[in-house]
Amino acid sequence: MNEKNQFRELWELFWTFAKMGVMTFGGGMAMLPILQREVVDNKDWATEEELTDYYAIGQCTPGIIAVNTATFIGQKRGGVSGGIAATLGLVFPSVVIISILAGLISNFADLAWVKNAFAGIQVCVCVLIFNAVLKLLKKSVVDKRTAVIFAAVLLGGLFLKLSPVWFVVAAAAAGIILKNLEAKRA
Amino acid sequence: MIYLRLFWEFFKTGLFAVGGGMATLPFLQAIGESTGWYTYTDLMNMLAVSESTPGPIGINMATYVGFTAAGIPGAVVATLGEITPSIIVILIVAAVLHSFRNNPYVDRAFYGLRPASTGLIGAACAAVVLEVLTSVQLVAGEGGLVKAPVLGGGSLFNVPGLLLAAVLIVLTNFAPKKITGLHPIVFIGLSAAVGVAFGFAGA
Repeated sequence: MNEKNQFRELWELFWTFAKMGVMTFGGGMAMLPILQREVVDNKDWATEEELTDYYAIGQCTPGIIAVNTATFIGQKRGGVSGGIAATLGLVFPSVVIISILAGLISNFADLAWVKNAFAGIQVCVCVLIFNAVLKLLKKSVVDKRTAVIFAAVLLGGLFLKLSPVWFVVAAAAAGIILKNLEAKRA
Repeated sequence: MIYLRLFWEFFKTGLFAVGGGMATLPFLQAIGESTGWYTYTDLMNMLAVSESTPGPIGINMATYVGFTAAGIPGAVVATLGEITPSIIVILIVAAVLHSFRNNPYVDRAFYGLRPASTGLIGAACAAVVLEVLTSVQLVAGEGGLVKAPVLGGGSLFNVPGLLLAAVLIVLTNFAPKKITGLHPIVFIGLSAAVGVAFGFAGA
């Protein structure tokens, strides 16, 4: 591939993922149907099975699921630089839109009605986070041991002034130890 | 230098937050606490805007927090910091795809990671609920490890807020599917209108 073609290819990755970034409302799960249409049906960059695989791995690797999936598809299409181009494309609209909005909001933050509106919105955000926890609980707490891990991290996270990093590392170790013991007993 | 600090804090968030956008919330709370760049309440507003605009929520929040800390360059640096570990990890995983999928240790680690991630988000949830709906705050002493509840000023409960929360919980969980399936932006808009109509901030 000559240099000009390679540039065009990277640009196409960037641009396609930028468009998908604008169309994704809510992230994560909301993105899958859009990926299916663009990446599988329109561009033929991956098969349905590959996309499902990438998505599953994107969920069980650290970071934002949509970002992980974008890197995966980009690297398949154009190697390391392809992975980077796709990911930068995906986040580009967010950076532009949020920077503009954040600037606007900080200008109007002192108006009485804006303060009242955000006081109402804060209540809603509490409920939205609460609902997210309920949904995650069903998927992550599957037996007594996972219930204990959940409760311990919940209390620790709330009452200890510790970086979440420590809980994540300890929980991964606990998962490996518990499952290893189980495998030995079986 | 603030940009280096931003990049590092978000690099850690991207590397250790497992389970998507909402999983970054406890990390963002911890960053706010340790740097003083923003309060819990600021973070709630950022989350609301991030849910209501296009783009993955986790990326929108990183951009917003970065912007709050250091303007547009901060927005760019925070976002790049958050996606850098993803890019590195995925490029490595892609190279060893087959053995990654079949590695029992990955499964085992995630058996522990999933409930822990839920627990961290649950703790973040409890902290913001206390912040928004009560005057109770959890505060650690200077250099202390344990946070204790402290009563702030004003009334103990935010009664109008609790009523709105109860209505929203019913609407988002127990109403007919036509209502529970609505996009969060609808409920955010509704809550903004209620906040303005009833003077929620007392402003």
